[in-house]
Amino acid sequence: MDSCNCIEPHWPPDDLLMKYQYISDFFIALAYFSIPLELIYFVKKSAVFPYRWVLVQFGAFIVLCGATHLINLWTFTLHSRTVAMVMTTAKLFTAVVSCVTALMLVHIIPDLLSVKTRELFLKNKAAELDREMGLIRTQEETGRHVRMLTHEIRSTLDRHTILKTTLVELGRTLALEECALWMPTRTGLELHLSYTLHQQNPVGYTVPIHLPVINQVFSSSHVVKISPNCPVARINSSVKYIPGEVVAVRVPLLHLSNFQINDWPELSTKRYALMVLMLPSDSARQWHFHELELVEVVADQVAVALSHAAILEESMRARDLLMEQNVALDLARREAETAIRARNDFLAVMNHEMRTPMHAIIALSSLLQETELTPEQRLMVETILKSSNLLSTLINDVLDLSRMEDGSLQLDLETFNLYAVFKEVLNLIKPIASVKKLHVSLNLAPDLPEYAIGDEKRLMQTILNVVGNAVKFSKDGSISISAFVAKAELLRDSRAPEFFPVPGDNHFYLHVQVKDSGIGVSPQDIPKLFTKFAQTQSTAIRNSGGSGLGLAICKRFVNLMEGHIWIESEGLGKGCTAIFMVKLGIPERLNESKLAFMPKVPPNLGPTAFPGLKVLVMDENGVSRKVTKGLLVHLGCDVTMVSSSEECLRVVSNEHKVVFMDVCAPGMDGYEIAIHMHEKFTRRHERPIIVALTGNTDKVTKENCMRVGMDGVILKPVSLDKMRSVLSDLLEHRVLFEAI
Amino acid sequence: MDVVNQLQRQFIDNSASLHREGFLDDQFTQLQKLQDENSPDFVVEVASLFFEDCEKLINNMSRALEQQQGVDFKQVDASVHQLKGSSSSIGAVRVKNICVAFRSFCEAQNREGCLRCLQQVTHEYSLLKNKLQTLFRLEKQILAAGGSIPGVE
Repeated sequence: MDSCNCIEPHWPPDDLLMKYQYISDFFIALAYFSIPLELIYFVKKSAVFPYRWVLVQFGAFIVLCGATHLINLWTFTLHSRTVAMVMTTAKLFTAVVSCVTALMLVHIIPDLLSVKTRELFLKNKAAELDREMGLIRTQEETGRHVRMLTHEIRSTLDRHTILKTTLVELGRTLALEECALWMPTRTGLELHLSYTLHQQNPVGYTVPIHLPVINQVFSSSHVVKISPNCPVARINSSVKYIPGEVVAVRVPLLHLSNFQINDWPELSTKRYALMVLMLPSDSARQWHFHELELVEVVADQVAVALSHAAILEESMRARDLLMEQNVALDLARREAETAIRARNDFLAVMNHEMRTPMHAIIALSSLLQETELTPEQRLMVETILKSSNLLSTLINDVLDLSRMEDGSLQLDLETFNLYAVFKEVLNLIKPIASVKKLHVSLNLAPDLPEYAIGDEKRLMQTILNVVGNAVKFSKDGSISISAFVAKAELLRDSRAPEFFPVPGDNHFYLHVQVKDSGIGVSPQDIPKLFTKFAQTQSTAIRNSGGSGLGLAICKRFVNLMEGHIWIESEGLGKGCTAIFMVKLGIPERLNESKLAFMPKVPPNLGPTAFPGLKVLVMDENGVSRKVTKGLLVHLGCDVTMVSSSEECLRVVSNEHKVVFMDVCAPGMDGYEIAIHMHEKFTRRHERPIIVALTGNTDKVTKENCMRVGMDGVILKPVSLDKMRSVLSDLLEHRVLFEAI
Repeated sequence: MDVVNQLQRQFIDNSASLHREGFLDDQFTQLQKLQDENSPDFVVEVASLFFEDCEKLINNMSRALEQQQGVDFKQVDASVHQLKGSSSSIGAVRVKNICVAFRSFCEAQNREGCLRCLQQVTHEYSLLKNKLQTLFRLEKQILAAGGSIPGVE
């Protein structure tokens, strides 16, 4: 028996425990063998498994463990030494492999774990990306919506359509419950519900503009969440309806001229409308950020579109207005033309029709005057004649004036005798003046050309009118008419600042001055004098007749003659001076040769300074008479000598241009001579220039001379140069009182 | 030509002395200027006239002043006035000045003063007459000798 070398198990083999151990071992071995099989199978299935070597190790370890347990089965009963040996070997191997595996695991388990975490991480990332994708997609969709909305809005220029479209599209895009637009009213104090999405005809529903919620919305450029209970959100008239989330945004109204608010200082220049958007109340939706952004963008676009629409409306309206105005103007023009034509026709007809009977009346009345008449009849005829003359003048004046206003009046330019014109005027005015005991004196400058080119008739009319006025408005006193050629430096008169005459070679400016000592004109009436039909309020004027057209016509004539006319007066009762300057042409020089010998006196001229100038010298003193004569002869004058006043008066004629008389001899009154001479020569331009020669330097003499109407005073003894300059001055200005 | 020069120099001297001594003034020069080919003897004529006038007037005045009954001072004054006018026309300064004084005496009706002035006037007038006649003689001589009167263009 002891020779079987068997190993006794520790436990008796027939125990129940043994049995169970036996069974467990068996199953363990089974399991241990099947686990690697499963592993291999599944690893083979999956493509990715990085740790094959570990798997092999692990498989080996498990197989060996299984083997161990399997071999353990034999150790429950008596078993030979070989079995024990195999068992031991198996165990050894298992131990080795398991230790190695354990060591290996230390390395690879962290790896495996990190794989796991990485996987988690990646999953999270994927989820995030998904989310972002979603966001981008929504944004893009929003953008698409905005573009579409904008397109819709901008595709029309009609304001109403724009707004309606906005609301509709917004409502659709954002799935709104209600969308409303509040516009400021004309007064700017209220907001008026203009458009809504679902309500067809928004009732005139207004809220005041200064609500705090509205101010809040207007002061922010973003969308503002507002409470559903505020007035702007309560669109639905039913009280029970409470909308969901409500936002509001301002819509800037750019320069809409429809809403004319001018003088409200508290309003800023920016004016806004209010757009209110309401989400459906039954969905638990919230306003998302992208939706708010959409709303903001849309609001801006709407503003722009509205302004465009407004501008278009404006320009359309302006264009319509202009067209209307055009039509009206055209009509007015046509009417005016018709009126002018009618008036011209009327004038043409009246011209003829009125003048013919007038002419008949005047002609026949004058003829009647020539016949035998009783005094009363004569008086009657005279009155008829006077009245018809007045009427004729009036007709002429009116017709002339209307023609002048047309611009159809033209001057008849021709060469005429200037002196004759003045003579004529004087002749015409003489009778009236003498009746009124007015003294009329005419003083024509010697250098005034005898002939001039201009409109004789109208010039005479002007002078006559001016002189006539002077006579008319003077009760007594004297009237002096003087005419001379205006010198270049005197042409720029400060009294006529707008008058810029240009002296030239072939024309000259005739300066005529009519001074009277009549009732004068007060300074404030002076500007009115030249206006048609305006008369100063004075009974004297009213009694003397006249239509008030005279000066207006004169002014027109003078203007046509490129001149200027003005009146000066120091006041009522101080007389008045009428001055006018007209441009006249200089006719072709008749005696060219004569002019060559008669240059205007330069001071260093030789003896023939005044060739042929007829001079009369009156002096009692023989010596001084001879000396004076010598002087004048030396200057080329033709001198006649007289030694007494009677002789002087006898000899003097209008051929003598200058008379020198000695006034300092006592007992002889040179002054009387001057007076006599004034009486003898009433026309100023015929009378010689009277110059007194005196040895007295006192003022009395000078004043006496001036009083009697002398033109100059010279102190004896006279040097040659002095005489020369005196003569030239005299002949230029016809006045010399400085030679003392 | 020597003769002419001599004569001319004499003339100048005389003329200058006349001016210097106050017998004549600028007015005389003016008269000389008036002498030209048209009136070659202008100055002489004027001077002769002056002398005639002077004599006449002086006679008048002396006669008037010798009136014992009552001197007609107005007449004297008139004559003096005339004399003054003439003398100033010719440039006889001295004579003119005396005339001025003469006139004031006349106004004051001072017979003594008038007589005195008359004497002075007569005296001056004679002096002037002599000098002028000398001058004129010289002129004639110069012209006769073929020269020109200096100082006059």
